[in-house]
Amino acid sequence: MGMTMTQKILAAHAGLPSVEAGQLIEADLDLVLGNDITSPVAIKEMAKMHVEGVFDKDKIALVPDHFVPNKDIKSAEHCKCVREFACKHDITNYFEVGEMGIEHALLPEKGLTIAGDVIIGADSHTCTYGALGAFSTGVGSTDMAAGMATGKAWFKVPSAIKFNLVGKPSKWVSGKDVILHIIGMIGVDGALYKSMEFVGEGVANLSMDDRFTIANMAIEAGGKNGIFPVDDLTRAYMKEHSTREWVEYAADEDAVYDEEYTIDLASLRPTIAFPHLPENTKTIDEITEPIKIDQVVIGSCTNGRLDDLRIAAEIMKDKKIAKGIRCIVIPGTQKIYLQAMEEGLLRTFIEAGAVVSTPTCGPCLGGYMGVLAEGERCVSTTNRNFVGRMGHVNSEIYLASPAVAAASALTGVISAPKEEA
Amino acid sequence: MKAAKGTVFKYGDNVDTDVIIPARYLNSSDPAELATHCMEDIDASFVTKVQKGDIIVATKNFGCGSSREHAPIAIKASGVSCVIADTFARIFYRNAINIGLPIVECSEAAYAIQNGDTVEVDFDSGLITDVTTGQTFKGQAFPPFMQKIIAAEGLINYINAK
Repeated sequence: MGMTMTQKILAAHAGLPSVEAGQLIEADLDLVLGNDITSPVAIKEMAKMHVEGVFDKDKIALVPDHFVPNKDIKSAEHCKCVREFACKHDITNYFEVGEMGIEHALLPEKGLTIAGDVIIGADSHTCTYGALGAFSTGVGSTDMAAGMATGKAWFKVPSAIKFNLVGKPSKWVSGKDVILHIIGMIGVDGALYKSMEFVGEGVANLSMDDRFTIANMAIEAGGKNGIFPVDDLTRAYMKEHSTREWVEYAADEDAVYDEEYTIDLASLRPTIAFPHLPENTKTIDEITEPIKIDQVVIGSCTNGRLDDLRIAAEIMKDKKIAKGIRCIVIPGTQKIYLQAMEEGLLRTFIEAGAVVSTPTCGPCLGGYMGVLAEGERCVSTTNRNFVGRMGHVNSEIYLASPAVAAASALTGVISAPKEEA
Repeated sequence: MKAAKGTVFKYGDNVDTDVIIPARYLNSSDPAELATHCMEDIDASFVTKVQKGDIIVATKNFGCGSSREHAPIAIKASGVSCVIADTFARIFYRNAINIGLPIVECSEAAYAIQNGDTVEVDFDSGLITDVTTGQTFKGQAFPPFMQKIIAAEGLINYINAK
């Protein structure tokens, strides 16, 4: 029986000629990731284990990014715990404030995630690296601890859903609209325990940043991982960012899928997920009454990359944010921040009346840098709109693309840019 | 072997980890402190009512969202002895086992059991009994290794003891 892309990567890392859905395997890990929220718990667990140190100091990435720069004393203690652990074990890929970024924007940029890798991270959006043709999945702190100590993790081999992408998206439709459309179609548990494999000629019409956004939100459909095949664009990206040799896997012709969908990218419209689930999607055309907002957030591991900032800046150029609206722009990494500065994007945002922050996950999970008050509404390019996610339990989050977020900031109501713009 | 028995707190679909333990409290990783905010954004009275041994029952996709192990840690530290659901989100499922919080997937029980019922779960057989209504449901039995992880209070202790 043929294997999917995911199954081939897992088989190779388990030292097996083939695997099938449902099989329990132990796989070698190429990278183990943690952040300032999840690593302290993992470090505490690892201390209980009878091990000398970590399995490979080059294959662990520690990225304090959630409440960094430290938002309060307790967060500072967590970061200190991670810093001391990194120092003690001489962890190569520990990223201090100043060289950091939001983990899932940072690691591909640093060349630490490449095609063919098996990666676990104690952060649910670890599935992002599937954009490069890697198997990557989120785990908890205990699995992270075991991974750091042994370099191995057990997995149940997932079955898969195939998304055959065709056509080319229109001007203001991006990766975010593609994944919100898919989640709206299959639901927040539509891919529970499964791989989401994105293939087809339409993939060539998606930028790397679009693909990162799509793979990033596989977890929002319950997926174990999201994955794309490697093409020329992926190869160019990896050549630019990494010195490691990658391995390309394509699904077998006779690979078995639980379900298959064909999605015409040309037919997609700007799509918004209404409170309080990412599956509550509507296209911009289905919104008939004006929805007044208080805040806009452009950033996060989902949409804080350079393409995202370019799109937002193109819409905000020489315009003003509507009176009374707070617009917060957060570049995903220090490098993206610098590029955005050199391209003049930051000037555009600031002149439009937005605030620009150092990289942080802060507002996405209601940590800091944009917490919502009771009754407030936010259009956000982040990934979750659960009850209380960004602040007060009676606040509302509308998930959208950078284009919709930027256009909404200018009007003060949920809007999409004009077609001809 | 071990069984759980307690009063049921019943919830619906897609109980996410943000309502189980809101991120504003994730600047702590102390189980006792996390427990004082458990379920806060979906059921503010949970922490004042929950008794040692009580059981959470929910329907689809329990624990969806973030990978925070703080979610099952908070539930366990609040005294809950078992979570029964139609389905669990996969990271939560893994985390719950890894920290030694018993969880059972059982569709029938998840929909039939009501808030406030007294429920008993036998881990050996997977048998779930709603003592209040007299109904019984066949959940998945806990395989021996999983029972050992639960008895050891988590995967790391279990590995160490091997």
